[in-house]
Amino acid sequence: MYRILKKQKLNASVVRMEIEAPLAAKHARAGQFVILRADARGERIPLTIAASDKARGTVTVIYQIVGGATMSLDRLEAGECVADLTGPLGRPSAIEGLKRVVVVGGGVGCAIALPLVRALHEQGSYVVAIAGFRTAEIVILEEEFSALADEFYLTTDDGTRGEHGNVCMPLARCIEGGKFDAVFTIGPLPMMKFVAKTTEPYKIPTIASMNPIMIDGTGMCGCCRLTVGGERKFACVDGPEFDAHLIDFDEAIARSRTYRAFEAAARARHCNLYQRSENEGGRYE
Amino acid sequence: MNNSRIPMPVQAPEERIKNFSEVALGYNEEAAISEAERCMNCKTHPCTAACPVGVRIPEFIACIKEGRFEEAYSVVRADNALPAVCGRVCPQERQCEGSCLRQKAGGPIAIGRLERFVADRHAAQGGTPSKAPASGRKVAVVGSGPAGLACAGELAARGYAVTVFEALHLAGGVLAYGIPEFRLPKRIVNQEIAALEEMGVTFVKNAVIGRSLTVSELRAEGFAAVFLGTGAGLPNFMNIPGENARGVFSANEYLTRINLMKAYEEDAETPVFRAKQVAVVGGGNVAMDAARCARRLGAEVTVVYRRSEEELPARREEVEHAREEGIGFAFLTNPVEVLTREGDVCGLRCVKMQLGAPDASGRRRPTAVAGSEHDRAADCVIMALGTSPNPLIGQTTEGLELRGRGEIFADENGRTSLRGVYAGGDAVTGAATVILAMGAGKRAARAIDEDIRSGIL
Repeated sequence: MYRILKKQKLNASVVRMEIEAPLAAKHARAGQFVILRADARGERIPLTIAASDKARGTVTVIYQIVGGATMSLDRLEAGECVADLTGPLGRPSAIEGLKRVVVVGGGVGCAIALPLVRALHEQGSYVVAIAGFRTAEIVILEEEFSALADEFYLTTDDGTRGEHGNVCMPLARCIEGGKFDAVFTIGPLPMMKFVAKTTEPYKIPTIASMNPIMIDGTGMCGCCRLTVGGERKFACVDGPEFDAHLIDFDEAIARSRTYRAFEAAARARHCNLYQRSENEGGRYE
Repeated sequence: MNNSRIPMPVQAPEERIKNFSEVALGYNEEAAISEAERCMNCKTHPCTAACPVGVRIPEFIACIKEGRFEEAYSVVRADNALPAVCGRVCPQERQCEGSCLRQKAGGPIAIGRLERFVADRHAAQGGTPSKAPASGRKVAVVGSGPAGLACAGELAARGYAVTVFEALHLAGGVLAYGIPEFRLPKRIVNQEIAALEEMGVTFVKNAVIGRSLTVSELRAEGFAAVFLGTGAGLPNFMNIPGENARGVFSANEYLTRINLMKAYEEDAETPVFRAKQVAVVGGGNVAMDAARCARRLGAEVTVVYRRSEEELPARREEVEHAREEGIGFAFLTNPVEVLTREGDVCGLRCVKMQLGAPDASGRRRPTAVAGSEHDRAADCVIMALGTSPNPLIGQTTEGLELRGRGEIFADENGRTSLRGVYAGGDAVTGAATVILAMGAGKRAARAIDEDIRSGIL
């Protein structure tokens, strides 16, 4: 069960895996996620579905090697199996009827932005894709975005590829210059916070895909709770996508650091592969 | 004849707070027989009447008296699909033992301990359950907690091909993710599940009904009936300031990390918050479980409960064990704010409460005492305030009638508003007990059997 059919490195720390999981593939849609465990002792890792193939009965996920659990996952090769895979979880992206859309991805979040761009493209929407990275070396999925988006802008923090700067620069130009029905954003929390700030004065509906710490993914642990418009929401069953103008990003950022000491220890235990991911998609201090 | 209740051998408190192994060690044959001999086999059998699944208690105790342990097990098993579990987690003092006529004569018969004894002894002997002739019909059970397991067991015994769908990677529901190892060892849960598998029940894990497959798809796949035993898993919070700070957890999260993910083990991949001073808010079994887990992880622990000791809904034994383990209790105390420093919990602001007239639950309603605000130090707060039904099935099953907080509407035999769809346990009643859920699962299984036989399905 849950055999890995393909494994491909996208950059030094980001990997794409296609996994056999017919039950999860059957109803999988853009915006939803799966939870998998590498082995019998493994942590439950929530990963957004990057692609799914009902006929082959597979889902594709893209993960960044950031901690103990993803390091364990990365030890598995094509032909081997992950212990568990559950899904699809969460609500699909609400994209119906949207004509002109900007999709902003940051770092490994671009892996999640891509299926959304694909779904929008397939329903005939005009899609602007913006992808931000720290540096040229870690740019992923450039060809895929170019092929599917009507306009594509690439930024790097250090200017080693594409535009020098963060994703909000091309975003501001787009929304200044044209009318858009919605902006979707997927990436590090500080990036999404600033995307929301950029679009707010223009009153463009802006949707952020949240990826908080969670365990079961079915509403039971309450660990993934967020404050959205003053109300408590569970990302796993009420989301993962929410109105970015209403999300309390500062609280989400604080909560995402609950286990940082544990995570640092786990990384030290495993090896030093870790690369900081928090600032991908641009610096916003 | 022995007059007072035979004590249960336990791990010493100072030892057990350093491990997660079972606290109560169980009777041996001699202790079981002595305890059984205390039963007067009274005419009215109030114990059986007080048992939610109607176990023929005096009959199985009579077997123990005569050393016919396997027969005792069969008597229990005829009405209770999970005796090793119930012997450990039922609130006996409010059911069978609470109605025992020996209350004042050395204490009630230790029915729970005897039930556990016969079940454990049976498991150690390795008996095989009997298989019923196949009926040729398939039934789907959603959720592998107490309601689902009881329903599956009853249906399998009647010859149905049962498939149990479980959202998590392990079967058992609350028995797996909620109740800690030291109160219910997971090998006991696994034994019960293995016994069902031997009877022909299939378990499909990692299947979230409502997402991976819908209820109507299950019907379309040829399941004559679908039983929903999806439980009440959605944690409630207090809606007080600071509740989303780092260091505030639902008891569900805290317990799931520990029980399901084994986060207390040295090399676990899943983290659990290592706190110094924990406040657990609530007074039920879940609150006791969370408090005792936190203690085992090395914290000083206080249970904060808004009513008085008398109203504690937890099993009496759990409260006693918690006390022995050095857990403190702040009764008539209610949090009004979680205090934070730079996003981390640093305390709990509380008010004192007083009890007024009885409320709808029959318990005296607590109200805040004016000017009684005070702060308690804590670097971790665990909210054990009860749970609401899981919303996924309700959201994705057209025509399924729900009530108040999303409980599935079902009659006393588990029939819902949809033909062929049955429900029972916490999903219907809201958070309750293992044994009540099992009773509901069993009744629904009988209704399913009846409806299939009569040609309705």
